[in-house]
Amino acid sequence: MGLFACATAGFGLRVKVELQHIHKHFGPVHANNDVSLTVEAGTIHGLLGENGAGKSTLVKILSGFITRDSGAIILDGQPVHIQSPADALRYGIGMLHQDPLDFPPLTVVENFMAGSPATPMLLNPQAAERDFRRWCAQFNFDIDPHAQVGDLTVGERQQLEIVRLLANGIGTLVLDEPTTGISASQKALLFQTLRKLADEGKSIIFVSHKLEDVEALCDCVTVMRRGQVVGDLDLRPLRAHAQESTDQQLNITARIVEMMFGRALAMPTKPSTCQDEVMLSVKGLVLRTDRLELHIDHLALHRGEVIGIAGLEGSGQQLFLTACAGLEAPAAGSIYIAGQNLTHRPYTDFLRAGVCYVPADRLREGLIAGLTIQDHVALRTANGAIFIDRAAVRAEAERAIATFNIRGRPDTRVERLSGGNQQRTQLALLPAPLNVLIMEHPTRGLDIESTLWVWQQLIARCQQGTAILFASSDLDEIMQYSDRVIVFSGGRVSPAIPVTELNVDLLGQMIGGRF
Amino acid sequence: MNSTVPSQTVPPALERLPPLAYRGGALIIALLLIGLIVVISGASPFEVIGRMFSGAVSTPDQIGRVVATLSPLLLCAAGLVYTFNAGLYNLGVEGQVTFGAIATTFALRLLYPEEATASILPPPLTIALGILVGALGGMLWGLLAGVLHVYGRISEIFAGLGLNFAATGMAIYLIFGPWKRPGVASLSGTQPFDESLWLGTFGQTEATPVGLGLALLALAVTIVVMRNTHFGLRLRAVGKNPYAAHVLGVPARRQLLSAFLVCGVFAGLAGAIQVVGVFHRLIPSISSNLGFLGLLVVMLVNFDPLWVLPVAIFFSALNVGGLQLPLSLGLESSLSGVIQGLLVLFALIGRGLAQRYAG
Repeated sequence: MGLFACATAGFGLRVKVELQHIHKHFGPVHANNDVSLTVEAGTIHGLLGENGAGKSTLVKILSGFITRDSGAIILDGQPVHIQSPADALRYGIGMLHQDPLDFPPLTVVENFMAGSPATPMLLNPQAAERDFRRWCAQFNFDIDPHAQVGDLTVGERQQLEIVRLLANGIGTLVLDEPTTGISASQKALLFQTLRKLADEGKSIIFVSHKLEDVEALCDCVTVMRRGQVVGDLDLRPLRAHAQESTDQQLNITARIVEMMFGRALAMPTKPSTCQDEVMLSVKGLVLRTDRLELHIDHLALHRGEVIGIAGLEGSGQQLFLTACAGLEAPAAGSIYIAGQNLTHRPYTDFLRAGVCYVPADRLREGLIAGLTIQDHVALRTANGAIFIDRAAVRAEAERAIATFNIRGRPDTRVERLSGGNQQRTQLALLPAPLNVLIMEHPTRGLDIESTLWVWQQLIARCQQGTAILFASSDLDEIMQYSDRVIVFSGGRVSPAIPVTELNVDLLGQMIGGRF
Repeated sequence: MNSTVPSQTVPPALERLPPLAYRGGALIIALLLIGLIVVISGASPFEVIGRMFSGAVSTPDQIGRVVATLSPLLLCAAGLVYTFNAGLYNLGVEGQVTFGAIATTFALRLLYPEEATASILPPPLTIALGILVGALGGMLWGLLAGVLHVYGRISEIFAGLGLNFAATGMAIYLIFGPWKRPGVASLSGTQPFDESLWLGTFGQTEATPVGLGLALLALAVTIVVMRNTHFGLRLRAVGKNPYAAHVLGVPARRQLLSAFLVCGVFAGLAGAIQVVGVFHRLIPSISSNLGFLGLLVVMLVNFDPLWVLPVAIFFSALNVGGLQLPLSLGLESSLSGVIQGLLVLFALIGRGLAQRYAG
C-alpha cells in the first residue's frame, strides 16, 4: 500500500528533485565525490561535463541503475530509498538511455505495453494502441504502432520511450545524451516536447556534453568535472540579456567553457621541430558511423610537427584517428602517408609506411592482457622468423625496460603494470624510425612526473622527424605540446590554428561549435 | 557514455584468498561430489577407485586398451591446444575425427578394392597414404569450420556442431549405402579391411606403436610451437585480444584459420588411427567421443600443452577402468564419464572464481 501511494504521488504533481552529498566509488575511482544537485519542478536542468566527469553515474544513481555509497535522494522534501530501476519508476523517475533500452524485435505497441507497471494477466493490444496513439498525438510524434522497433530511427525510439515512460506516470524525466544520433528535426521536436513537459510541471534532467544543446534548451546548468560539481549557472536571466546582443550569448558559452575546463590556459612549451615535408595529409575525408558523420576538407601534418585535437569527447576524434591509422575505412576522400595514397589499403600497409597508433584504452586496445612485456617485444619484432630468439627478445625487453624506466621485468604480464608503466611499455614498443604517430589521450591517468616524461620522449621523436597527431581532453596538454590545434565539435572540424594564436575565449567558442 | 559497471559486492573474506585456494577448493568439492554419487549408487568410493585402477592396468590387454585410447585422445588434445589458445571453442573436433576416418577409409578402399585380393601398392605404403588422406580430410573439415567462422561470422561452436552432424550423417550414409557390407548392411560398420592393412600392435594388445608415436610427436611439436615459435605467440595474442593484436600488426584471420587447420590435421590423424589401428573399418561412432574428451583434457590443463600428457593418460585409464565397473561392482560404466565431467566442470568453476575474486 505504501509503495502504491508513492507511485500515485509522483503522477501529475510538481516534484522537486534533490540529490545531496552523493558519493560513489568504482574500485579506486571516485566517480561521484560529494555531489549535490537540485532540480526545481517545472525546469529543464542541464548536466554538463566531459566523459568520465561522473554525470552518467549521478543520473544512474537517481534512476536506480547504480546504488550510491552514501548520500541522500530527496523528492519533494521526502528522503526516498531507491535501489533499483523499478523503485525509481515507483517514485515517478524515468530514464531515457543514450542507447534506448527497448526490445528491437518487438513491435512498437508491444514495447509500449512491455514496461507497464499495471500488468494484468491478459494483454489488451487494442486499448494499448489507442492509448499510444493518444500520447503520440499530444506531442506530434508520428510512429506506426505496428512497426518493428528495430526498424525505427534512434529518434523515433526515443519518442517511443518518452511516451512509454509518460504513460507509466513519471514526474521526473532523465535524458542521457539524447541528441546524439538523431536528426535536426527530431531534435527540434524533442526540445519542444521537453519544454511542454516542463511547463506541465515535470522536472527534467538533461545530461549532455554538447554546449549548444544545453544553451538552447536548459533553464539551469550544473557542470561536473572529475566527479565533482564545479559550478551551477541559472541561464534564464543570462538568456534574457542575450537577446539584446550576441556578445552576451558568447559570454554564456565562455562562462560554461570556463567552468568545464578551468580558467587560464597553459603556455606553449614545445620547441619548434616542424619541417616542411608533409607526412600525413587527408583530402575531402568523410567518415561515417550510425551516430556521426565527420567531414574534413583538408589537413596536412608535417615532419616533426605536433597537432593536438581538442573538443568535447565523442565528437569524432577517435574515428578520425583510427581512420588516419588505417584501422577504419573512410566513406569518401583520401589519406596520404608520406606522399603515398593509402586510402582503403589494409592496415598492414599503414604499418609498413611507418604509421603507428597508440589507443587510449591501453589494456583493451593497445596491449594484450595475459602476455608479458617480452611477448609484446617478440610480437613487434617477428620479421618472418619461425622460432622466437628468446635471448635476443629478452635483451631487447630489458633494454626497453631500462630506457623507458618501466617498473617491471621482461616476464611481467602487462596487466600487472600500473597505468603509467603500461603507457611506457606502449611507447617502448613503438618502432623507430616512425613517420606518423597517432595517439589518443597520451597521458590520461598518469601522474605529473610520468606525463612530463612521456612528452619528453614524444618531443625527442619529433626531433627525429616523427609527426604526431593526438587527441586529448586535457586542454593544458594540448596547449603545452602542440604546434597547431584543431577542434572537433558535433561532426565539424575547425581549421588548424597555431597554438600561439589561441586564447581561452577563442578556444571556448570553438569547442562550443563556433568557427 | 561513462562506462559504469554495476557494483559488485565481494565478501571481504573471499577477497584475499590466493588463486590456488579456489582451484584446490573446487577440486576437493568435485571429489566429494563424486564420492557422494558413488555412495548414492550403492558402492564404496575407495572400492570404486581401486577397481577402476585395477581395471585399467591389471593385464597387458587393459594397458594396451589404455594406450589405444590415449593415442587419438592425445592427437585431439594437441590439436585443440591451438584452437583454444586462439580463443576458439572448436567443438567441431569430433566431426574432424569422423571425416578423417571417412577419408582414410575412402583411400584404403581405393587402393584395395573389395574384389581385389591384394592392395595395389605395398601395404605399408597403402597404410601411410591412408593416414595422410585422413589428415587431409580432417584438415578440410577443420578449415570448413574456420571459413564459416572467420568469413561467415558464425560462432565456431555452432559451425562445429553442425559439421559434426554432417560428418556422422555421412559416415552412416556410407556404411548403409555405397560402402555397405556384401549382403547385409549393419551398424557394426563396413567390411573389415584385409589384415595386411592393419597397423602392427604391441604384442596381442590393441595398442599400435605407430599411433602412439604419431600422438607423442604431435604433442611434442605442439609444446615446441606454443612455447618457442612466433606462430604460437601470435595465436595466443589473437586469442587473448584480437583487436589489440590487430593494432600490433598481427592479422587475426590468418591465425584463426591456421588454428582450425592444424587442429583439423591432428583430429584427422586421430580418425585415421581409429580406422587402421583400432577398428580396421569405418563404424558410425568411429570417434568414440574422444574429440569431446580431448576438449575436457585441454580445458582441465588450462590450454597448456605441457600438462596434456598426464591428464590424457589419467582420462584414458578412467575410460578403460570404467568398463570394469559393471562386471565387478554392478555399477554403470558411464560413471567414469560423470567423474571426468565433474572434474572439468569444477576446474572451470575454480578458475572462474579465481579470476574474479583472487588478487
